Amino acid sequence: MSQYRLEVRVKPRPGLLDPQGKAVHHSLNSLGWDGVGDVRVGKAIYIDMDAESPDAALEAVEVMCRKLLANPVTEDFEVSLVGEAEGADS
Amino acid sequence: MKVAVITFPGSNCDYDLYKAAQQVGGDATFMWHRERGLAGYDAVLLPGGFSYGDYLRAGAIARMSPIMEDVIAFANTGGPVLGICNGFQILCESGLLPGALMHNKSMRFQSKDVFLRVERADTLFTADYEEGQILRIPIAHGEGNYEADRETLEALESEGRVVFRYVDSNGGTSDGANPNGSWHDIAGITNELGNVLGMMPHPERAMEELLGSTDGIALFTSLVASLQTS
Repeated sequence: MSQYRLEVRVKPRPGLLDPQGKAVHHSLNSLGWDGVGDVRVGKAIYIDMDAESPDAALEAVEVMCRKLLANPVTEDFEVSLVGEAEGADS
Repeated sequence: MKVAVITFPGSNCDYDLYKAAQQVGGDATFMWHRERGLAGYDAVLLPGGFSYGDYLRAGAIARMSPIMEDVIAFANTGGPVLGICNGFQILCESGLLPGALMHNKSMRFQSKDVFLRVERADTLFTADYEEGQILRIPIAHGEGNYEADRETLEALESEGRVVFRYVDSNGGTSDGANPNGSWHDIAGITNELGNVLGMMPHPERAMEELLGSTDGIALFTSLVASLQTS
């Protein structure tokens, strides 16, 4: 058993209005970045967990995303392994 | 006629809902979200508020509360469940109602009276209204923008499951009358069976002339009457 650190990126689904992204977009334009065409705001969730293998950790977090971390109606998610957590004992 | 009002950490309309149920002759009881068992109850009410501080997504954490397993079982056997505001968000997160409530298009929290058109007066919750009746009811939410996949939205319309729609004072729909960008001006919907209603506006805050409107009363009298005849 090792401890892994995983990163979940939850993003608003393409095509859905993202008012938060729009507000940030507007602010960036006001700051002078005229080249900014689109901004969408999602969130990142970091999870440290014990698992038998990297694959097992990824699989578990995919299930967490479907059950809780993301709403399939409005959000897409991506999970990646970002390494073994600090203090991992194996 | 026993009505359970479920209180989650962060609920803030639970007393209003309790009072509304009592006002129309319901025997209301508060239930903490960690309690279990809805045997003996005739209806379940999920109040508005900010359960779990709206962390992750509005309603997403409350949906995992122990009592929700019982609420889902209660609804699946035909028991009436009403979710208002955060209660509606919890119902969507739990899968008892389809779709999701996204951030208001304006990115602003909207707290004001709105006009609603009663689209269906043949539900458990609306029999004491007239179809087409215009109501004035307060809203107070930051995430009331109803969204679902195209297929679900079409089913809601074709099956007549949109119960309330945002309108102007004359009963017409318009962008200006829609406070949150909700698809087709949806303010409230039911499940397929018709025993679960979710709505963003607060009928429990429209129960007293002194507080500006009594247009919410008929929703609670409808529910109580439906339970007495069933």
